Amino acid sequence: MAFVTHFLRQIVNALALLLAVLVLNFCLIHLAPGDPVQVIAGEMGGASAEVVAALRAKYGLDHSLPEQLATYLGKVATGDFGYSYYFNQPVLELIAQRLPATLYLALCALVLAVLIGTLLGVISARRPNGIVSHAVTLFSLAGYAAPIFWTGLMLLLLFGSIWPVLPVAGMNDVVHPRQGLAHAIDVMRHLVLPSLTLALVFIAQYSRLARVNMIDALSADYVRTARAKGLPEWIVVGKHALRNTLIPIVTVVGHQFGNLFAGAVLVETVFSWPGMGRLVFDSILRRDYPTLMAVLFFSAVMVMVANIITDLVYRLIDPRIRTGQS
Amino acid sequence: MSALLKVENLSVGMRGSTGEVVPVLENLSFSVEAGRTMALVGESGCGKSMTALAIMRLLPEDFVVTGGRILLEDEDILSASPKRMRSLRGNGISMIFQEPMTALNPLFTVGDQIAEVLRWHCRAGSAEAEEQVIALLRAVQIPAPEQRVKAYPHQLSGGMRQRVMIAMALAGRPKLLIADEPTTALDVTVQAQIFNLLADLQQETKTAIVLITHDLGAVAELADKVSVLYAGRCIESGDADSVVRHPCHPYTRGLLGCVPHLKLGWRSPQAWSDLAEIPGMVPPLGARGPDCAFLARCRDASELCRSRLQPALEPIADDHAVSCWRKSELAA
Amino acid sequence: MTTLETSTPLTVESSGQPARRAASPGRVAFRQFLRSPSGVCGACLLIVIILGTAIGPVVYPVDPLDLVGGPFTPPSADAWLGTDYLGRDVLAGLIYGGRASLAVGAVAALITIAIGLTVGALAGFFGGAIDAALVKITEFFQILPPLLFAMVLVTLFGQKLTTITLAIGAVSWTSAARLTRAEFMRLRNLDFVKASRAAGAGDAYLMLRVLLPNALPPVIVSATLAIGVAILFEGGLSFLGLGDPNTMSWGLMLGQNRNYVLDAWWAVIFPGTAIFLAVLSISLVGDGVNDAINPRLRRRM
Repeated sequence: MAFVTHFLRQIVNALALLLAVLVLNFCLIHLAPGDPVQVIAGEMGGASAEVVAALRAKYGLDHSLPEQLATYLGKVATGDFGYSYYFNQPVLELIAQRLPATLYLALCALVLAVLIGTLLGVISARRPNGIVSHAVTLFSLAGYAAPIFWTGLMLLLLFGSIWPVLPVAGMNDVVHPRQGLAHAIDVMRHLVLPSLTLALVFIAQYSRLARVNMIDALSADYVRTARAKGLPEWIVVGKHALRNTLIPIVTVVGHQFGNLFAGAVLVETVFSWPGMGRLVFDSILRRDYPTLMAVLFFSAVMVMVANIITDLVYRLIDPRIRTGQS
Repeated sequence: MSALLKVENLSVGMRGSTGEVVPVLENLSFSVEAGRTMALVGESGCGKSMTALAIMRLLPEDFVVTGGRILLEDEDILSASPKRMRSLRGNGISMIFQEPMTALNPLFTVGDQIAEVLRWHCRAGSAEAEEQVIALLRAVQIPAPEQRVKAYPHQLSGGMRQRVMIAMALAGRPKLLIADEPTTALDVTVQAQIFNLLADLQQETKTAIVLITHDLGAVAELADKVSVLYAGRCIESGDADSVVRHPCHPYTRGLLGCVPHLKLGWRSPQAWSDLAEIPGMVPPLGARGPDCAFLARCRDASELCRSRLQPALEPIADDHAVSCWRKSELAA
Repeated sequence: MTTLETSTPLTVESSGQPARRAASPGRVAFRQFLRSPSGVCGACLLIVIILGTAIGPVVYPVDPLDLVGGPFTPPSADAWLGTDYLGRDVLAGLIYGGRASLAVGAVAALITIAIGLTVGALAGFFGGAIDAALVKITEFFQILPPLLFAMVLVTLFGQKLTTITLAIGAVSWTSAARLTRAEFMRLRNLDFVKASRAAGAGDAYLMLRVLLPNALPPVIVSATLAIGVAILFEGGLSFLGLGDPNTMSWGLMLGQNRNYVLDAWWAVIFPGTAIFLAVLSISLVGDGVNDAINPRLRRRM
């Protein structure tokens, strides 16, 4: 089946690209000024002379570069992304602990952004010269230009000191129960500000995109046909025009997953969300290179997965791709 | 027999950027009875499609009806509520568009797009709707309708898509079908098939058809009555036979001169050299004066024509009216 | 870079043959630009910001790295916008930091466009194996989140303004490359290019003199927007603690004062607002440029 071959080819392609990311990581370690062993150990990891010697042996740093690359890839294949001397933990464990919270934040923000962005775009496209439309245009300009970390700090200032109705730090209150509905509500309350902050910049972009595409769709012949059939307006807009508007949005969502992920890292450092953000921040401070490189690698993995999912959704929405354009 | 659709003195204008309204269609009147076909003929830009969209109440944003009435079974649809209009569309009046490529939504199956009409107008359940859709596809002579139900528009040829459009238009059993140049985008052989199909279906359903075309050959075959539009004005109208056989207005004659087989019959292409063309173009919107709109392109224009206003549409025979100052001389 | 420089005069030369009668396309576009309200607003705002960083020191001669008072002094007559966590003047920081931030933005955008144009032009023009290889490389860079990639580069190669600028340029060229490639592929098959080729034009001539001037308009728009993106990136890197501690920049001010936002809001709000206004003005200018050279899209935006 064409679909299965396509899907398999995508996965092979993805694996090849991820292998390339590993090779890039390897090259960076060796291109960076200073001794590679320092990079592997982390400058401020407090690696002793014994540790350095052990690492030199472990990574075969006395051997030729191709041999070293083979050793490096072999380690990664067994799940060994190095050891963080600052956190005193294998890097893979660190990532595994932090990744879920980041993904949770990123996906919530993504859902918010797509829903709100599309809604705003559709509303403003219905009356392209109305007040709402101009407001959406202004908002999307502002949302695009506002640095995400700055928006976060502003919200932190607002809800942290001026109007303290929402928690501004962490994922849950210490005193709250750790399970059940109360826990879920607690996490949701903590999620509001970070996810909104992260979503804002994407809402700005998607609303603009949705507006342009909705205006196009509404003037398309098939929408006139739908009206000529006597369909109610909400079907005309919500079914015929919306589905066509969503196609470019899906494409852009897929392309921007990397930015979303990086944005989540930034937002987390503002709201002390217990994900990769704090990890990245501390790793930078301590020059914990293995952790940073692993973060880069796993964010690439996330982008790959997002790309494959986008491709699937795209096929689901657009039959011309699914069945092959005639 | 009272007419199913009566258009009386319909005028449509386009609102310019500064708020002035430029006339697009002026004082158009015609009517059509159940089971009959009325043709609107003219070059592009003459207001044919605007007439159709005015009847559907689907005029583009900048266009407004500036006068006249449109009566469907004596109900003035220009004053109908949006809700009433929605229930009339698809059910009372439906429309086939020029471009079957773009008029169908590329993202939904043709079956779904036809079934929508049934779901909204006939409250059909999904199983019942699918059955009816297959019957409709069979009626428009689409082979293997059981499979085609699940096809997407891009998987069908142009002719098949136009058949789907026709099936969709007929799904709500409309009393009036407006076909806006239904064959322009199709190959010549397919054009004939589509026209034959429309004629056959009309026989069965007794639907009234308003056929918009620039193909006078099709008019001669299909239409009972015809109105020839030029620059938004009706310049000749009447019984289709009479207008096609004895065209009186120079513009109608020019149009007929452009149709090879009508003028020349089956003759060798060499003889086509005396096939006429009408020099010039339809005057653009806003450049239409009060005098005869065809004046600048008319080969038969006299000093008399130049000194007077647009002539009224006046009868020259039973069921045949012309708007021309020299109609009596030219008819002779 | 060289591609951009050589192409500028050629745009006029190749498309404005009846030079005396018709206004040059550049002038036409400029007149169109003046008609776009958002573009003019953005340009005015941008000019104000640039002038502020240029003549600011004359009006307000304070060294941004000097400790002028106690930490967290609120805005006052001495320090108009207050002092930061070390007691450095915030307004002086804005003025000198603006120079660094705008320079990083402009230079990084130039690098972005230079790489993007080269990769995209080669891929789009030659097609085949070269295209396949370059597309794979582009795809590879696309799966690395630009900010995180830049973060790794800066941590490894040092927190200096030059490194930061190069890193930003090196990670964000993919969209410019995709755009250029698409334009070149579209143009390659047009009749006037085929005619030129038939007349014996060589590859280099075709690419630089025939295709490039025609492919430039959308690239110019994306170059404008790239400046804003680069400024945001500089801010993001500084916010993660990767600013150049020896050169004051808006991003650095934010990054260093972020933990004290509840104590001294002025040290965070003002640099953030500066970044916001700079990026806003640049994207408004980008809109205006887009309107000016792409009239077909004007009604949609």
